[in-house]
Amino acid sequence: MTDTGTTASALPDALLRIRDLHVSYPGKGWRAPRTEVLNGVSLDIRPGETLGLVGESGSGKTTIGRAVLGLVPTRSGSITFDGERIDTAGPSRRRELSRDLQVVFQDPYTSLNPSLTIGDTLSEPLLGHGMGAREARGRVGDLLARVHLPSDAAGRLPREFSGGQRQRVAIARALALHPRLVICDEPVSALDLTTRRTVLELLLEIQEETGVAYLFVTHDLSVVRFMSHRVAVIKGGSLVETGDAHAVTTGPRHPYTRALMLSAPVADVTQQRRRRESAALLGRGTGAPAVNQG
Amino acid sequence: MLKFIARRIAAGAVLLVVISFLSYLLLSVPDADVGRQLLGQGADQAAVDAKNASLGLDRPVLTQYADWLAHAVRGDLGTSWFTSEDVGTAVAGRLPVTASLTLGVTLVTTVVSFLLGVWAGVRRGAADRFVQVLGVIGYALPGFLVTLVIVLVFAVNLNWFPAIGYTAFTESPGGWLSTITLPVLSLAVASVAGVSQQVRGAVVDVLRQDYVRTLRARGLPTSRIVFRHVLRNASAPALSVLGMQFVGLLGGAVLVEQIFGLPGIGSMTVTYTTRGDIPVIMALVMFTVIGVVLINLLVDTMIGWLNPKARAA
Amino acid sequence: MSENLPAAVPTGPRPSAPAPGTSTARPAPPADGSLRRLLRNPLGAVSAGVLLLLVVAVVLAPLLAPQAPDVSSLGDAFAAPDGAHPMGMDSAGRDILSRILYGGRSTLGGAVVALAIALALGVPSGLYAGYYGGRFDSVANWAVNLVMALPAMVVLLASRAILGPDVLVLMIVLGVLVAPGFFRLVRGIVANVRKELYVDAAKVSGLSDTRIVARHILIVVRGPLIIQVALVAGIAIGLQAGLEFLGVGSGSAATWGAMLNEAFQNIQRAPLLILWPGLALGLTNGSLVLLAGALRDVLEDRGGEPAGRRRGRPRTRTASPAPEVLDRPSEAAALLSVRGLTVAYDRPDGTGREVVHGIDLDVHPGEIVGLVGESGSGKTQTAFSVLGILPEGGRIGSGSIMIEGQETVGLPERAHRALRGGTVAYVPQEPMSNLDPAFTVGSQLMEPMRHVLGISRKEAAVRALDLLRLVEIPDPGRTMRLYPHEISGGMAQRVLIAGAMSCDPRLLIADEPTTALDVRVQAEILGLLRRLQQDRGLGVLLVTHDLGVVADLCDRVAVMSDGRIVETGTTDRILRSPQDPCTRALLGAVLDEAPAREPWQPREARKTTA
Repeated sequence: MTDTGTTASALPDALLRIRDLHVSYPGKGWRAPRTEVLNGVSLDIRPGETLGLVGESGSGKTTIGRAVLGLVPTRSGSITFDGERIDTAGPSRRRELSRDLQVVFQDPYTSLNPSLTIGDTLSEPLLGHGMGAREARGRVGDLLARVHLPSDAAGRLPREFSGGQRQRVAIARALALHPRLVICDEPVSALDLTTRRTVLELLLEIQEETGVAYLFVTHDLSVVRFMSHRVAVIKGGSLVETGDAHAVTTGPRHPYTRALMLSAPVADVTQQRRRRESAALLGRGTGAPAVNQG
Repeated sequence: MLKFIARRIAAGAVLLVVISFLSYLLLSVPDADVGRQLLGQGADQAAVDAKNASLGLDRPVLTQYADWLAHAVRGDLGTSWFTSEDVGTAVAGRLPVTASLTLGVTLVTTVVSFLLGVWAGVRRGAADRFVQVLGVIGYALPGFLVTLVIVLVFAVNLNWFPAIGYTAFTESPGGWLSTITLPVLSLAVASVAGVSQQVRGAVVDVLRQDYVRTLRARGLPTSRIVFRHVLRNASAPALSVLGMQFVGLLGGAVLVEQIFGLPGIGSMTVTYTTRGDIPVIMALVMFTVIGVVLINLLVDTMIGWLNPKARAA
Repeated sequence: MSENLPAAVPTGPRPSAPAPGTSTARPAPPADGSLRRLLRNPLGAVSAGVLLLLVVAVVLAPLLAPQAPDVSSLGDAFAAPDGAHPMGMDSAGRDILSRILYGGRSTLGGAVVALAIALALGVPSGLYAGYYGGRFDSVANWAVNLVMALPAMVVLLASRAILGPDVLVLMIVLGVLVAPGFFRLVRGIVANVRKELYVDAAKVSGLSDTRIVARHILIVVRGPLIIQVALVAGIAIGLQAGLEFLGVGSGSAATWGAMLNEAFQNIQRAPLLILWPGLALGLTNGSLVLLAGALRDVLEDRGGEPAGRRRGRPRTRTASPAPEVLDRPSEAAALLSVRGLTVAYDRPDGTGREVVHGIDLDVHPGEIVGLVGESGSGKTQTAFSVLGILPEGGRIGSGSIMIEGQETVGLPERAHRALRGGTVAYVPQEPMSNLDPAFTVGSQLMEPMRHVLGISRKEAAVRALDLLRLVEIPDPGRTMRLYPHEISGGMAQRVLIAGAMSCDPRLLIADEPTTALDVRVQAEILGLLRRLQQDRGLGVLLVTHDLGVVADLCDRVAVMSDGRIVETGTTDRILRSPQDPCTRALLGAVLDEAPAREPWQPREARKTTA
């Protein structure tokens, strides 16, 4: 694995520490969906830091987040949070961990229960952890304000809101228990361009205020550069490059990261033409383009 | 594909054994004292005991079952306790009647439901509403009620078909047709109502798919798309329902055979269950289950053949 | 009635699996409003009313019946209806009305018992099996398959042989026989809901399993379960009546089934005896089925069919006010020329909702025009209109679409179809869902070619191989024989592009052709499109929301917002100096030039105060 910039493994003050993680799913017999597999992934996240995790579909980037959250069983390796092993945590320990570890999913349309009002959705985590109903209601109001949604949203159903607004509700839900680490699993990929910017800026603002750390999973290099302090690039279940965001996304060393970077088109005609030419050269240099995958 | 079929046959065999065991167990529960029933209340105890012994009823249930099973796999289903006829022959003799009834209904249902369902699913509007109304009527009226009405109208009033009786196909095809028509019609009403609904729904779902739009964009006419692509993709859910309906058909056949006096397995079930004649009941249950397993196997195989993903499994 | 659990309610079955890309997450309206909504639904109100009436009449039988059901005066046998006996007398001189009322008690009461047993067995086990899966699920499924392999009627008859003719006992057996239907329903729904993201989110929120099931899952189960109860009630009633018709059961006690048997015995002599018990049964079951249908509409938020579906013919060709267009190249020699196009969708109540409000657009041969906008801007609707493949409920309101100088709006379907494939071609967004899973890649490539070009099978096969080579698929021969689920997304998109090229079109409409693909594959497909376009001199209308794609491929750009074109121009000009605020907002959202974050620094861990 290429380390660009600061060495990423074995940071002394890490909040989350993943070491040599292996995850695999049993085969189903059909060839259709390839299952994500992790082949010994190691990474650290420090308090208040955003680690961007970039990869294409099937790379395993979503699986890492799900493994941290306990939604997926791990084969081997370790996940340590605040010094304590969590990959072996039992159900009751997991429930306690939910105070510290939260998630924002990709799809704003299915990550909120369509039958519950916004207020109910937001108060679920609070009530589930023993808060009283009145106190929960007050907290819901605060959360809505925090994500810049009107307070009357609490009585409405998700379908009355746009994708961007729903995603903000999802963020509010993640914040309800004052987490220290939030797994952001492609939180803006399903949103419009203009909405993306607002949601990303909201996430940054929250990090500024609360010092929460993010594991920010995405396939978009420009988004990851905007959001992350450090970036890790994953391919086929293994990390190929990690380092400071700026370094990895503007001057990547690993050919895969380079190919990724050059493949994403930019909104400038002359620049894009130049990048196309570089990409073509890179393709000839490393052999056949990714025709087998596409 | 062959592995798939083999696995289903094996599963069916297991099902048969389990059901036969449970049935035998349950049938042996009541203290029926068959001997006494056969010889009458006045007979003395010794004779009754001798009779029971001769039927093997003094042995433990498990032994009785094992004995029955051992004979059954060799094709010997024993003799009826009450009529002393060979069970195998008796039941097999009545199979063709029920078979022609149920298979006739299945055929009619398949053809009519597909036509109706495709018509309703493609045209929507009035055709759709008609099929839905048909569905309500078919579900709402219990099968035997429909049968009674049909008998009243077509047999009693109009006298187009006989109300009672059965002519085997081998005797006279025309007679067979005339005696089988009303029974098939009675059962087909409910069947068509259910399956055409499912076909209509499946057709509507397929027509909404992206690939139908893309095929249109390439210049294919709607009729072509419907008869090749929609039918192919809508068949699987429809076949599923057909398979499930078959079980219900066998139950409905019981009533229909009673009403029309058809000498089939259904009417046999009614007569012999009232008597508690275990060998016969066991045979009836077995044949029924075999029929269900075979039909489901056929349906699953066809669905598998239609769906390339399942074929690979 | 089929004694089987119906797979479908007459108002339309649920699909067996959700379509790809959609979620089964469907909102369940709050329970409090449902009763009101049910009563407002005409079918629901009527059927509920009829049922209520029947139930009340039957319950109050001792009060309402003229006499006890077994009182018989043989002299009055088959008497016609009169004041004292509104429904007449049966073959043994018993009052029919009394027998109907008392008979209803056992018929309906028995069904209630069966239902209760079925629910008690089926629902909790379905919940558990669906949520936890595992061994319980396998065992339960196996047991359910066992029970469902037996025709209920046969089992009931056999049960009578074992357990005797006590109706209550038989109803318990019926309940057991019918429970699998509920089990399958509940288990299926729960297993699907369990996979939803909001359930994952609930788990991550630290909710206990009980709470998750109670809060998130029961709500989704509730509606379909109620509907199923209505349907199964009808089946139970039918089966019970059937048993009684056969003479199994309570002997000579008054039941609807026994009355029908009597009617059958006397069918030649007094055919009308069928009327009243038949009516009672039919009304009860009919109301149950209709109630189930109405419940379905109410509980699943289904709107009716759009009223008065019309084909895509404009009423008038009025020109809408031209929007602010900054560049308008000469209309002469335009491959595609759109003027004043409006597109509207029918709402369930019959009114229309306009989604495209009069746009002008040109594509010339050999040029790639980008149609850019966010979701909901109307760009895809515009593309569909050009092709004439607007989805259900959509139609072109007014305006003109000229392809190679020929007006296509108002064209009969056959003439329009003649343009598709040969003149205008389409590349869709989602590669996998746009290929028919039941047919091989080769056959799907060849079939439209054969129809449009009128060529033989062999010729089409050769052409198909050439096309696959053209889109740079390695081993085209093998690919032809593969099914869509055996190829990757990128390959599928190449196949779709090959299909679009198959009849040598002049105009290509590409709807976000790379949005669903990984970034490296996207770059390759964009390169492929560019090469094809250059080689063949195609005119391309490229719908996209990605400004990078625009910079990569397009010569000119039209920016859409809210159903209108707000700005057009060359790509370079639009990207460098956008004039319209919507365009500016789009460009402002682009993160390419945004500053990267500064390196991380440790901070005090502050608890949030908000």
